[in-house]
Amino acid sequence: MTKPAQMTSHDATLADDTVSHEHHEHHIPKGLMRWVLTTNHKDIGTLYLWFAFIMFLVGGAMAMVIRAELFQPGLQIVEPNFFNQMTTVHGLIMVFGAVMPAFTGLANWLIPMMIGAPDMALPRMNNWSFWILPFAFAILLGSLFMEGGGPAFGWTFYAPLSTTYSNDSTALFVFSVHIMGISSIMGAINVIVTIFNMRAPGMTWMKMPLFVWTWLITAFLLIAVMPVLAGAVTMVLTDKFFGTSFFDAAGGGDPVMFQHIFWFFGHPEVYIMILPAFGIISQIIPTFARKPLFGYASMVYATASIALLSFIVWAHHMFTTGMPVYMEMFFMFATMLISVPTGVKVFNWVATMWRGSMSFEVPMLFALAFIVLFTIGGLSGLMLAITPVDFQYHDTYFVVAHFHYVLVTGAIFSIMAAVYYWVPKWTGRMFNITLAKWHFWCSLVSVNVLFFPMHFVGLAGMPRRIPDYSLQFADFNQWISIGGFAFGLSQLIFLTVVIQACRKQGEPVSDQVWDGAHGLEWEIPSPAPYHTFETPPVVK
Amino acid sequence: MQQPYEKYYVPAQSPWPIVGAVALFLIAVGAGNMVIDTTKEADGYGSLILGAGIVALLVMLVGWFKNQIDESMSGLYSAQLGRSYRQGMSWFIFSEVMFFGAFFGALFYARLISVPWLGGASNNEMTNTVLWPQFQAMWPLLSTPNGTTTQQMGPAGLPTINTIILLISSVTLHFAHVGLEQNKRKQLTWMLGLTILLGCTFLTLQVEEYIHAYKELGLTLQSGIYGNTFFMLTGFHGMHVTLGTLILMVLFGRIVKGHFTPDNHFAFQAGSWYWHFVDVVWVMLFLFVYIL
Repeated sequence: MTKPAQMTSHDATLADDTVSHEHHEHHIPKGLMRWVLTTNHKDIGTLYLWFAFIMFLVGGAMAMVIRAELFQPGLQIVEPNFFNQMTTVHGLIMVFGAVMPAFTGLANWLIPMMIGAPDMALPRMNNWSFWILPFAFAILLGSLFMEGGGPAFGWTFYAPLSTTYSNDSTALFVFSVHIMGISSIMGAINVIVTIFNMRAPGMTWMKMPLFVWTWLITAFLLIAVMPVLAGAVTMVLTDKFFGTSFFDAAGGGDPVMFQHIFWFFGHPEVYIMILPAFGIISQIIPTFARKPLFGYASMVYATASIALLSFIVWAHHMFTTGMPVYMEMFFMFATMLISVPTGVKVFNWVATMWRGSMSFEVPMLFALAFIVLFTIGGLSGLMLAITPVDFQYHDTYFVVAHFHYVLVTGAIFSIMAAVYYWVPKWTGRMFNITLAKWHFWCSLVSVNVLFFPMHFVGLAGMPRRIPDYSLQFADFNQWISIGGFAFGLSQLIFLTVVIQACRKQGEPVSDQVWDGAHGLEWEIPSPAPYHTFETPPVVK
Repeated sequence: MQQPYEKYYVPAQSPWPIVGAVALFLIAVGAGNMVIDTTKEADGYGSLILGAGIVALLVMLVGWFKNQIDESMSGLYSAQLGRSYRQGMSWFIFSEVMFFGAFFGALFYARLISVPWLGGASNNEMTNTVLWPQFQAMWPLLSTPNGTTTQQMGPAGLPTINTIILLISSVTLHFAHVGLEQNKRKQLTWMLGLTILLGCTFLTLQVEEYIHAYKELGLTLQSGIYGNTFFMLTGFHGMHVTLGTLILMVLFGRIVKGHFTPDNHFAFQAGSWYWHFVDVVWVMLFLFVYIL
């Protein structure tokens, strides 16, 4: 009753009826304008994914600058102001330019195929959502070359750093965030309407694949909080340039109010970057454990609970701002409550694997690494949630370690798992498995060398966002930097694998690709034809 | 196989989204540079780039909507597509609610937390003593901690008249909608025309009120948190009324040309939802900015 959509061999014939690809293959537009003018969800998905990958490499290069400077104590490679610009823009790019567009790209490719829809609900708007992004990031990156430099106040742009003490580029930062927000909101509206309105007959709510469920809830979060971010940057703009005092106590405002508004956006934002990852892992684990997902319904309810709770935990980012004690207590307990639905998910994944016929293909390797390493990130989050000890951890490398475990080994590992899982369906060819395994093992080892020692230096008191540090942290920082360079280089292996896959090198694959894979997207031919499900399939 | 749905219309390639993306790029670059130029009182190309962006955006809107209207009039749209548009519009309005939510949040924060705390409330006595001992918490905040003074914009007079105007406009728009649904085109045209007129009157009076605030009350955008929240909330609301009025004007033009039927009028419905939303925001504003 509450199992995810599983197609039986009985339904397999329907693929031929519903996919009228032959006469369409001739009409795929050619050249650059295909990509600029496209309304096809698969084209737009590809654009999003490539954009995210390029931004991942650009943001990664900035991380390399940071790690090069921190290789030794003292100032040797870059100016402190430039260091600050690197930490700021690295964060902004990875959040808004890499992780979010990658998930939107996956949503574009997969949601219509998973629910049996001919395309996204609003295909032209879909194109607009994508093409705003390269322009928005051109502005952000361009501002680095302005006189006085780019934004240097951290990706969280706390007032008064972003108001009283910021440079001119703040105005461009504000407007580029505005148009990124427009892009995200339109993308989210598209996803939500597609899921509400475009499901094939018989694709009832509780038959939807979990990736679709998690994206539905993510889209709701996006529409709810991106406008709040727009409000926050607008107030920063008027405070800095037009003499308002939202974040200035001298005019009756409060710098702490900035943090409240920002984190009201910011905390749901971090779940925007992890809920689709939960969906991906929930698709991959059952395939390679060859068992249906354990506790499908509880996964759906857990996702919804996490999303609702995300609106009432924001001030756990602000325990040291001098809030009244009752507020600190409330936000501490609300935050800890989140570990319950998150724990449900982790236990369900483990229970799915229990006594399954496991095999360890590349997507599964990344999914397993996700479960272990994301849980480490979750547990350090639980430590940070404890108000009294957060006074020690706050603004140290412990926080950096925490959110890199959940974002790199969480969100980004899940994106890599997703690419390896679905890329054969997209291209019709198996990727280079040997190279992919090299990519996995190099990434796995280096990412832990990179982020695990950050826990130690953080607990010992090394502050974040500072280009210099005390001598006693030197050894650990060298390890961290070495891990960082190794992780960065490992991603070039990934780039190679993806380029090979896009050039259709490799063995042709079957329609189902993985022998335990179930769901509508595995019923259509490989590679997926340009148009799928122009007449909706019937899901039994 | 039975087809429970009509074929869903997936448009072919379209030039408008990329024009829109370029337009937003120009607007962002232009607005950013213009802001920098004005604060430095320097001459720059900011306003020119911004103007080019707005022109491009208008071209995009006209072209895109023309495509939409042509497709709709030639019967390409199914009921399912109509649902997509309606749901899309509802979620867009929800995003607008959250945008205003951020500014209402700032208003409530200032009224309940930051101003009282600066005055020593809760356990902040030392804040008051050390920072601005002469400061007294009050709302509206007519005298800020650093000594900027201003006067209150009360609810009497223009704001009350404007509230009544907007409320009536929601009613007239509703009757226009009823006219459309019952195919009473005359009622539709008159009532919609009246709504547009009321919208324009509201905007004119709002400009009057701003002049009154700046010239006579000394209430400006720089008058501390009271002026900040007052002008940002009413200003963004005014921008939304302007947009809403423009939407209604476009609808009026289409109605004169004979567009829309009793069962097929998504654009009208979307415009009307938007107008009602803007109206509700004003009621909230009137309550929390002017009266309470």
